[in-house]
Amino acid sequence: MSFFKKMKERLFKSSSKLDEGLEALVEEGGTAEPEAPAAPQPPAPARAEAPADTADASSGAPDEAPAPPPAPVSSPASAAAPAPESRPGFIARAFGTKPGEVKRVLDDAMLESLEEVLIQADMGVETSIKLSARLAEGHFGRRVGTREIKEALAREIAAILTPVARPLPIYAKRPQVVLVVGVNGSGKTTTIGKLASQLRGAGKSVVIAAGDTFRAAAVEQLQVWGSRAGVPVMTAPQGSDPASLAFDAMVRAEAEGADMLLIDTAGRLQNRQDLMEELAKIVRVIRKKDPQAPHNTVLVLDATTGQNALSQVEIFRKIADVSGLVMTKLDGTAKGGVLVALADRFGLPIHAIGVGESIDDLAPFDPDEFARALTGFGD
Amino acid sequence: MFEALSDRLSGALEKLTGKGALTEADISTALREVRVALLEADVSLPVARGFIKRVEEAAQGRHVVKSVTPGQQVVKIVHDELVKVLAGEDEEPGRLRIDNPPATIMMVGLQGSGKTTTTAKLAKRLKEREGKRVLMASLDTRRPAAMEQLAVLGTQIGVDTLPIQPGQTAVQIAKRAKTQANLGGYDVVMLDTAGRLSIDDELMAEVEAVRDETRPRETLLVVDGLTGQDAVSTAENFDGRIGITGCVLTRMDGDGRGGAALSMRAVTGKPIKFVGLGEKMDALEEFHPERVAGRILGMGDIVSLVEKAQEQIEAAEAERMMKRFQKGRFDMNDMKAQFDQMLKLGGMQGIMGMLPGMGKLSKQLDESGFDDRIIRRQIAIIQSMTKAERKNPDLMQASRKKRVAAGAGLEVQDVNKLIKMHRQMADMMKKMGKMGKKGLMRGALSQMFGKGGMPPGVAAPGAGPALPPGGFPGLGAGKGPALPPGLGGLSGLSKKK
Repeated sequence: MSFFKKMKERLFKSSSKLDEGLEALVEEGGTAEPEAPAAPQPPAPARAEAPADTADASSGAPDEAPAPPPAPVSSPASAAAPAPESRPGFIARAFGTKPGEVKRVLDDAMLESLEEVLIQADMGVETSIKLSARLAEGHFGRRVGTREIKEALAREIAAILTPVARPLPIYAKRPQVVLVVGVNGSGKTTTIGKLASQLRGAGKSVVIAAGDTFRAAAVEQLQVWGSRAGVPVMTAPQGSDPASLAFDAMVRAEAEGADMLLIDTAGRLQNRQDLMEELAKIVRVIRKKDPQAPHNTVLVLDATTGQNALSQVEIFRKIADVSGLVMTKLDGTAKGGVLVALADRFGLPIHAIGVGESIDDLAPFDPDEFARALTGFGD
Repeated sequence: MFEALSDRLSGALEKLTGKGALTEADISTALREVRVALLEADVSLPVARGFIKRVEEAAQGRHVVKSVTPGQQVVKIVHDELVKVLAGEDEEPGRLRIDNPPATIMMVGLQGSGKTTTTAKLAKRLKEREGKRVLMASLDTRRPAAMEQLAVLGTQIGVDTLPIQPGQTAVQIAKRAKTQANLGGYDVVMLDTAGRLSIDDELMAEVEAVRDETRPRETLLVVDGLTGQDAVSTAENFDGRIGITGCVLTRMDGDGRGGAALSMRAVTGKPIKFVGLGEKMDALEEFHPERVAGRILGMGDIVSLVEKAQEQIEAAEAERMMKRFQKGRFDMNDMKAQFDQMLKLGGMQGIMGMLPGMGKLSKQLDESGFDDRIIRRQIAIIQSMTKAERKNPDLMQASRKKRVAAGAGLEVQDVNKLIKMHRQMADMMKKMGKMGKKGLMRGALSQMFGKGGMPPGVAAPGAGPALPPGGFPGLGAGKGPALPPGLGGLSGLSKKK
């Protein structure tokens, strides 16, 4: 399970920003919660005499005006006026008192900032608003800590993602045809290499068709992956019709009795109608041979992609009946939050995630893990 | 979703009415929508926030053009500001520092951002447009067949690539490329590095080593134009560790909104040199800030609307003057307004250039020595007059003329010429006023076309006072060609482009 550990480690790394964002958010306007309802050190009159006494900061009263605030120190009223300059958590620690968790009332301003933190994870404006609204339910007006927010967020995100976390379904049908599509540079070829290796490891006989007959050296690239995975690769010369290659590959896979046929395609931007028409033709030709095929059409998405991923899914699904998603490059600084938006909007299964360049860097999609990594909860 | 944005914006902004200056409330309402627009266009949050702040300052108290809503006006300001930020100080977006050969250009970026394709496109451009001898070398020792890809592209575009020697490290290849370039007399060496994550220490160290070895003149960060919020960390990390000199945005032919462009500019402060617009080898263009600005906002229509409104105001002004002329009133103030209008349109050359079939005339203009200086001189004369004199030029007696000439730094005869010109124009105006509006247009047009050889329909009908053919007698040493009639009308015409 080494790759799983690796993925986890990388996922956490990738999400550190969001994590920081959340913590900063709470600390910015929050105050430390005293352990006991009655604050131990600072009785109100003492504070009036020595307004600069730092001890009062730890009590959560931001008001340093000479008039002694009559309100009890831990009342919500005092928390409503936050004092960012008092950095309560830090001071409490410096004084050696046991620091209470930093908390802050969940108000409109905080919700808005929360939305922004989510937007920064590429979740999109719509989904971010939705998520923070859901968080507001049951939490609004209450004092919440970072941990609590993270946990609640992770729960909400996982709730959205759990229904779509399904591995690539394996059918009894032989050969099962898997068509891999996506925009340029999203990682289709690499994903096919990894997928072939995994399927082969699971005891399946696999054939790959190098359908990217457009890009220079794409076929050679796939051949290298094929030899790494120990899987035969069917090729056609550069510039030939990918649809006919797909057809030939199906004939051959059937003749050889292969379990799985993975068909690579050239990268294409979804707004290029000519290229999308070419893709539609590939699907049509495949269906001539087997009306059920392609049994799976996998759209490969780049984690660094922003809101354009929505448009990619929408159009590829329309043209090629995309049946599932794979997200690549999640080992970088990109958080892949757009997956949440995608799951929310389209509900397409997410089969796997790419977390590196070596052949076993394709991990199953674990919604809880992903959600927790995204929010930084649980570490 | 994107298309709906303009609608939503105008919906939110329509409620705002109010004339005169923009109020704080107008601005903040509009900017809230703009902020969402930016975020949906994948502009990074910190960048969007900073940008909105800038706009807020710029918009404060700005005058609202009549017949657009304040919100729309804000959008226009946003657009202009966006263009400003995107353009930066880079005056020549397509230029690279590749003097003193062999100059090294290093391409860096994430996996799959389009480095190899961009390398080849750029090499082709340098070869064809600037006549450079280019050597390309792939330092990508990691991705299978990456080197072959560059080699194939090299053959396609007719640019040499460094022969592949398996087993070499990136630094070794870079060294070899440098030597080869020196020996082979190449002008430019392009190093296509492997795609790497900006947090991958080992690989970033490799690029640093290559950089130290080759001292590239240009280090271009290749970024996918579809990138989302991550654009900031990528840009920061690459710029921080390697120090880039510019960016190339790829996949801008997609339907992404290209917000990454703004993020890149704002975070690195480095110019965006090129944009990739397709898979063909010549699909590389220099960066046009206006196009990307319109795209990020997704509301080019509003921007053009505001521009149109500004035109309308000028048209209204012209209409007002026309009415005056019809009543036979044409004083020095009106004449100065006409001169100003001409200068605003880019002077004589500018006006002529905008009219079809005027090319020959503008040559004649050159010969006759009629240039903008003469117009400026006329304005100076008018400005040297008192208010009363401007209103009523008949007041001008010899001593007054002398004074005015001295004030303008000219001779009395120049003043005389101006006064004569004014009288002729005023007469013409009066005549046309009597013809009535319809008659005027017809009469004026027929006269115009008889002389200027303009195709019918050039002048916007009813938009402005038609100046007499023969224009400003006295200008241009008497043989001045016909001025384009209807200067007021021209202002409408020329801006429609």
